[in-house]
Amino acid sequence: MNAAQVRLDNIGKRYGEQWVVRGVNLHIQAGDFFTFLGPSGCGKTTLLRMIAGFAIPDEGSIRLDDREISRMPPWQRDIGMVFQNYALWPHMTVFENVAFGLRERKIPRAGIQERVNQALERVDLTGHQSRRPSQLSGGQQQRVALARTLVIQPKVLLLDEPLSNLDAKLRVEMRLELLKLQRDLGLTTIYVTHDQEEALAMSTKIAVMHLGRVIQVDPPRAIYEQPIDMFVAAFVGQANVIEGRIRSRTDDALVVDIGAGNSVQLHGAGATFRTGDLVWLSLRPEAIDMAAPSSATHSNNILQGKITTAAYQGAFVEYEVAAAGRMLKARVANSKGKTLPQRGEEVTLSFAPDTIRCLARRSDAGHL
Amino acid sequence: MVALLAVLSAFILYPVLRVLWISVTDDQSNLTLIHFGNFFRRPLFREALWNTLWSGCLVVIFSAMLALPLAYVLARYEFRGKLLLQTAATLPLVIPPFVGAVAMQLILGRSGMVNLLLMDWFDISIPFMEGLNGVVLVQTLHFFPFILLNTVVSLSNIDASLEEMAQNLGCHGFRLFRRVTLPLMLPGFIAGALLTFIRAIDDLGTPLMLNYKNLLAPQAYLRITTIGMDDVDGYVICVVLVGLSMVTLLLARKYLSLAEYATVQRAAPVSRQLQGKSLSLVWLIIAAILGISLLPHIGIVLLSFAKVWSFSLLPSAYTLGHYEEILFRVPHFVINTLLYTLLAAALDIVLGAAIAFLLLRTGLPGRNFLDAIATMPLAIPGVVLAVGYLRVFHGWDFPGLGAPLTSSWVILVVAYTMRRLPYTVRACYAALQQVHIALEESAQNLGANRLRTFVKITLPLISGGLVAGGLIAFVTSCVELASTIMLVPRIELGPISYGIYLYMQSPLGRGAGAALGVVAILLVSVGTYLTHRVFGGRAGNAFRV
Repeated sequence: MNAAQVRLDNIGKRYGEQWVVRGVNLHIQAGDFFTFLGPSGCGKTTLLRMIAGFAIPDEGSIRLDDREISRMPPWQRDIGMVFQNYALWPHMTVFENVAFGLRERKIPRAGIQERVNQALERVDLTGHQSRRPSQLSGGQQQRVALARTLVIQPKVLLLDEPLSNLDAKLRVEMRLELLKLQRDLGLTTIYVTHDQEEALAMSTKIAVMHLGRVIQVDPPRAIYEQPIDMFVAAFVGQANVIEGRIRSRTDDALVVDIGAGNSVQLHGAGATFRTGDLVWLSLRPEAIDMAAPSSATHSNNILQGKITTAAYQGAFVEYEVAAAGRMLKARVANSKGKTLPQRGEEVTLSFAPDTIRCLARRSDAGHL
Repeated sequence: MVALLAVLSAFILYPVLRVLWISVTDDQSNLTLIHFGNFFRRPLFREALWNTLWSGCLVVIFSAMLALPLAYVLARYEFRGKLLLQTAATLPLVIPPFVGAVAMQLILGRSGMVNLLLMDWFDISIPFMEGLNGVVLVQTLHFFPFILLNTVVSLSNIDASLEEMAQNLGCHGFRLFRRVTLPLMLPGFIAGALLTFIRAIDDLGTPLMLNYKNLLAPQAYLRITTIGMDDVDGYVICVVLVGLSMVTLLLARKYLSLAEYATVQRAAPVSRQLQGKSLSLVWLIIAAILGISLLPHIGIVLLSFAKVWSFSLLPSAYTLGHYEEILFRVPHFVINTLLYTLLAAALDIVLGAAIAFLLLRTGLPGRNFLDAIATMPLAIPGVVLAVGYLRVFHGWDFPGLGAPLTSSWVILVVAYTMRRLPYTVRACYAALQQVHIALEESAQNLGANRLRTFVKITLPLISGGLVAGGLIAFVTSCVELASTIMLVPRIELGPISYGIYLYMQSPLGRGAGAALGVVAILLVSVGTYLTHRVFGGRAGNAFRV
């Protein structure tokens, strides 16, 4: 298929005096499944709408392959979009909905018939041609919306939180279906979501956005394991956020005081910090190992604590442990016959030096 | 529930059924269709029926021509002066059509302003106001806001993404309008058009004022008032009128229920900023349309201050005498109006709230029937209800009144209450629907019984809707003429609309009639303004089906 690349250079958009997107530089390669991830109001949908042509950037350029398109009207762009609420036209049947874009492209009647049927077959909706959108379930509506966009063979596919209106179980199914479709077609896809799980599961690359800025662009694994700042660490997955102060540093290791007489050792990132700097430490709950008192998995980074809550989740147990003068979240995988620590038990927590991220503590909250 | 059903049956259902009964029975109370056969055999009635349908259609067509461009501009563009336009567009609703009719004659009539000018300059005259032309013209200018409001609502209810999706697939400009926007706004427009049609065919005041009698409503009125209560033809005409209105109303409902399908998820769609040339163009169109639709208002104000105004462009002398007459010499028209309409509004609020409560908060059997009766007045022309009342309540002493209901002013209050009940029920229903049942349940959970819950939780939350419903009843009753002129027992018991009608019968009384008209317009304006304040932007809903 005709996959294209999209390049955003220094994109900015403001409403009145308020910048809602600013200084965004992104290169979305052909065939990427690229996700804009962020909380509501971070500018991700605005960015998507600028690519589709429903908003015009106040600065910067958008290029589709090598063509500047930021001022081109939406109907000339050949960029398919699936709306959050599907936007199926209630006065048309499923067939008419899907055929709409082909008719606009003046495809001969026979060709329309064939391509619509193919598209509906691909999303598993053969036989629903003459239904009205209101007669379909949410999942079916979603697939009609997808078929309607795919049938015109767009150069790029834009998806605006397409799964948010489905119930939890269907959402996971559609996630896989969508992914398979995208990989089969090799279609450059830009996906907007606030659901970090969805983003991690589907994307080849994620751009985490906050307050109109792109904070980090990386593959899912790097986003999760090497967040470059506190916002990314806290927004993507769960993280224990611990305040600390650098006590000492060597070439490849840092020792950080975290209060109450405890300190933590960690690797890497040493070069950017100086002794005495205030820092944030980010520690994933699953990186923490839990053991009986006075027996620890790791040789350093050992904290004594007491379990205050234990929430059994099936595949794992989530704990809150009072340790080092604060509450730490820990997650312990479950397996058959395993003894699980209970509420009130004294435990020893430990973690490897390379599982902890040290991040500069910023004084400013915003990014704009 | 039983009491409500009894009241509504006595004052809505029974009178109408009585009219129907008379039209389908002969002297010996045998069922017969002979009266309807006679109706269709009489050329006079056939012509009246045809004229009614034809003029109704013309009113709809012309109203649509005025309303559609305005609706599109209002719903889709942002520009300076939009608020002014929105306000002005509802102004025709504040002038009763029969009041406008007189004013229009002074401006566009045979010896009115415009034709005098035309005679002067080109030696021609245009029969704007002759016969059916006048009726259609006046009704169009009065009723086009119904189409406008309905279309604006349905246009702005179209979810923005429905149009954006079409653009995304390559559709734009007029094609976008034709393939997506138009089909989606059509149900609202059609509902408005049908509502306008009902209003036009039910209107009695305009044709009476313009002295054009060959329509169904004035025919029914004339049969009953001149030939008498026992003339069967009058009842047959009434039944034909009700039938027409019912069919139209049912159609409107059907279309409106279709219209619900495209309601907003993401509001505030494509509002484009208008500037420069296109802004001037839009303003030109707006000025033209509003200029025409404000003609009656201007005419009536001029007339109310005019000492002498005939065969001249503008009044030749001005006076305050007419106001002195209606406010000090014969103030009872104004006083009666306030008394009747405020009473009717209060009754409507009580009935409306009770019905809405029964409909939404109970599962009592028969509540749908109650709803149906309460909605019926929308399809019952004022003439018909009045005929029914005269037939049912004439000649026997009403309990507690010591006289027949028809010889007391109470009959007017009853008529107003029943005619406007559908609006109040809708307003109360909408308000109560907004109150989530959990709000009441949590009060009961905390120990408040049903009554205390209603008083402390429900009532405060729906009070806005109740007030709005009452205001609508007040506003529309102020200018009710059709049932008024048939039911007023004695001149001194008549309200404003009756006074206007009486004064306008003679050339000498026109000034005072116009002054009363201005008072009516002021009352309605104040009421409408308050409704807007209470209802907010949703005031238009009150005028939907």
